Parts: sequence; C-alpha cells; structure tokens
Amino acid sequence: MDFEALYREERPRALATLIRLLGDFDLAEESLQEAFAAALQKWPRGEPPRNPRAWLVSAARHKAIDRIRRERSLAAKTAEIAYLGGGAVSPSELADEPFPDDLMRLIFTCCHPALALEAQVALTLKTLCGLSVEQIARAFLVSPATMAQRLVRAKGKIRAARISYAVPGSDDLPERVDGVLRVVYLVFNEGYGDVRGRHDLCREAIRLGRLLRTLLPSSSEVGGLLALMLLHDSRRAARHDKSGDLVTLEEQDRSRWDRGEIEEGRLLAEEAVRRGGVGFYALQAAIAAVHAQAAEATLTDWPQIAALYSLLLRLHPSPVVALNHAAAVAMAEGLERGLRLVEELEAGGELAAYHLLPAAKADILRRLGRRADAAGAYERALQLVTSDAERLYLERRLREVSGAG
Amino acid sequence: MKYLLLIYESESVGNGLSEAERGKIFQEYMDYSRGIRRSGNYLGGQALQPVSSATTVRVKDGKTLTTDGPFAETREQLGGFFLVEAKDLDEAIRLAAGIPGARTGSIEVRPIMPTPPVD
Repeated sequence: MDFEALYREERPRALATLIRLLGDFDLAEESLQEAFAAALQKWPRGEPPRNPRAWLVSAARHKAIDRIRRERSLAAKTAEIAYLGGGAVSPSELADEPFPDDLMRLIFTCCHPALALEAQVALTLKTLCGLSVEQIARAFLVSPATMAQRLVRAKGKIRAARISYAVPGSDDLPERVDGVLRVVYLVFNEGYGDVRGRHDLCREAIRLGRLLRTLLPSSSEVGGLLALMLLHDSRRAARHDKSGDLVTLEEQDRSRWDRGEIEEGRLLAEEAVRRGGVGFYALQAAIAAVHAQAAEATLTDWPQIAALYSLLLRLHPSPVVALNHAAAVAMAEGLERGLRLVEELEAGGELAAYHLLPAAKADILRRLGRRADAAGAYERALQLVTSDAERLYLERRLREVSGAG
Repeated sequence: MKYLLLIYESESVGNGLSEAERGKIFQEYMDYSRGIRRSGNYLGGQALQPVSSATTVRVKDGKTLTTDGPFAETREQLGGFFLVEAKDLDEAIRLAAGIPGARTGSIEVRPIMPTPPVD
C-alpha cells in the first residue's frame, strides 16, 4: 500500500476532525502523528481497515487521551477526559465522510482575518498541507525559530481570543472565502515568483485549490483561482532557460507548456465565466487561458485580452491592473495608444517605485524602434528592480537597444 | 467568554464637532448600549474623560512616580470601553463593529483572561 499517498490524502481531513474533537491543534497534530506511526507498523502486515480515516481518528483520539492521562494531574485530568468523551468513537460517527464540515472549519480557522496574513499562511501550510516548520521557514526565508514562534503565537491567539472552529455563516461567507483565496494565491505566488526550486509551494497551493473546489464547487472565484494557478503553472518548464534566466511569455518555447494543466485550467476558466459573477481570479484565469490558446506569441488574441483587462480594471481598479491593460492595448490597438496609457499612469505617480512601469514603457518604445528612449526606460527599470532574474532580462534588453545597428 | 472592547478615537476630531453632532453620537451610543443589553451581551461600559485629565502612575523602588498625561502619546486615544459576553471572537467582532466609534476610530477587541475561582 502506498503509505505516502494515503498520508497525504487522509491527513488533512483526519486532522480537521481531531482538532474539533480535542479542541487543541498541537494535541491533534501530535496524536495523529502517533496514529500514523502505529498504522505504518500494523497495516502492512494485515488488511488495512476498510475506512482508514476512521481508524486513524479513533486511534489518535485514544492516544490523545493516554497522553493527557500521563501528563496532567489527576484533578485536571478527570475534567478534561470527560470533555473529550473518553469512550470509543462509534462507527456510525465515522462513516465514509465522517464530518464533511471539519475540513471547512479547519480552513476557515487557519485563514481567520483576526490572524496576521503571514500567520494564516504559515498555519495553512502546517496544518492543511502538512509541511514541517523547517520547510515553511525555508519557503519564506526566515529562520525555523522565527517560523515556530509565528505558529505558536497564531495557535495561542486562536485559543486565547476563542477564534471559533466553525464554518462562517452565510452573511460572512463571501468575505471569508475571499480571505482563504488570498492565502492560497499568496502561497502560489511565493513559489511562482521565485526563480528556482520553490515549486513545492505552487504544488501545495494547487492542491489547496482543488480541495477548496471540492468543498465550494459552485463558487466561480474558487474555480477561477484554481484555473489561474494551473494555467500559470503550465508554463513552468518554459519560464527559464538552461542557465536559469527568466524567459518572457512572448519568448517562451510553447511546446514545453504542460498541455494537461492548460486543458484543465481552460475548462475551469470557461466554467467560471459561464457561471457569471466573475471576479478577480476568474478574469485573470480567462486572460491566462487566452494566452494559453495561442500556439505562438504572434497568434495571441490581444483584442480579447485587452477587453478582459478593461473589465478587470472596472471591477478591481488598481494601477497594476491599469498597467497590464495598457500593455495589452499597445498590442491590440496600437503601440502609440498603449504608450499614451502608460504615460498617463506614469504622470499619476502611483507606480513611481514599480519597476514594471518603466519596463513596460521600454518594451513599447523598443517595439516602436525608439531605441534611445527605450534604453532610458530600461535603465530606470533597472534602478527599481529587485529580483535577479528580472534584472538579467532587463540588462539583456538594454544591451539590445543600446547595441550598434 | 468575556471580551473588552476598547474604543480608540482621535480626540481632536471629537472636539471639532458641533453640539448637534455630539448629541447625535451620544444618541447612537445610547441605542447601541440598549441593543446589547437586550441581546444579553452587555456586562459594562463607560466613556472616559479626555487624556488631558489622565495621570500615569509607576512604582519604582517603592516610590510612587506620577506623570501628567496618558501612558503613551498616540494618534488615537482610549475614549471608552464596553465589557461584553460573546460566544466567540466572531461574535465579539460583530459587537465591536456595531459601536459608533468603529466608523470614526478603531475598536481593540481583547479577550478577558479567565481567572480561577477564588475561595
């Protein structure tokens, strides 16, 4: 039996139920760990139980009670064990999908807006994805001690402020779902924005996206976010050249895109758009789907992309969206027109510290053949850029427009 | 579970209000208090005199030191509080959001530490 796969599959749901039963994140995690260790010993030798999750929850609950018996004083113990309902979990209580709401409870608790965003992210990766403190610390470039402290503080606040282990009511639900999506998207971008080797974060975010979709199948934003992540992830193999340098969308070898992810993402994006009520994620997914459909960069349906960006700009006005819109207009309706939009944004001053503004302007100027102006804009972008991969790209473009010819 | 809802507002904003505006806010607070009394959440609540009336006290080496003014100079000042009973943080946040001062200032929601019964 593939124990690793079973662990991945069963862990989040089993843990979610245990946290509810035990009322304590740490106790639930530790006892579930022990239950898995016991299963690893036991199952390979005989038939695994018909319902492994029910077995794990039941075993972990007994281990938790044993632990409390060992660790607590007699007086405190009696009260606590009574609270845990010391008896065996009845089989009917642990039917095939014992507590479908528990996973939702866990997700909404980890992503509760009363927790700091970075704590929400850490807690989600730790409990829902089962990443170790060391793995999360590495992913977010902090020391394991700092990350451990962040998790302790978050769990402490859940306890002390009594953040409820509950699915929000219908009034609060849309806002709370947005909060969960923000955490998942942040995890994805943290992995995607990095040049090398943090694909594990993208993979976890996509797993979370799939999980959310099974729990909230009718939300077009949930489907939209999953589509967006899949469509971006499909370009992974083409995003860097052999030496690890960033390759722009336009220059990517599209034969290296992951067709499976594109197909899945495209269907999800279409479904989200058909369902209506499209928002931030579904619209971006639709844009990514249009890019994915072009077999070559020159075949990109820019008018459709520009139209989608203008819709996005209306629903979620922000200078960054406006910049993307301007770049799409440049390709769809004419470089001069796009340039004017970029210059308007420049005059607005809101993106004064954002390297992609001069970079976008430089790209348009380069296409217009205004090499000296383009060089100036690339130089400005280089003063602002912070990522090494983007710096290399901008330097290469600067060399091109500054070179002889 | 008990929560203290601390109402922070810029006193300078309040000082600039007309008599009528002040009366309206007072009425809003009366309505709010009545509402949370009726719902059973209310345990207590008071408005505070401005920070210009505050005195900060510390005892160092057995000696009492007093200074004029609040503990810390901040952009918004503690102007009052409600002590409420709520089933969880979500309910406490809903109660906090209903306080008139939440629209013009900020409400800090602090869970009260449970204390063991004293014999």
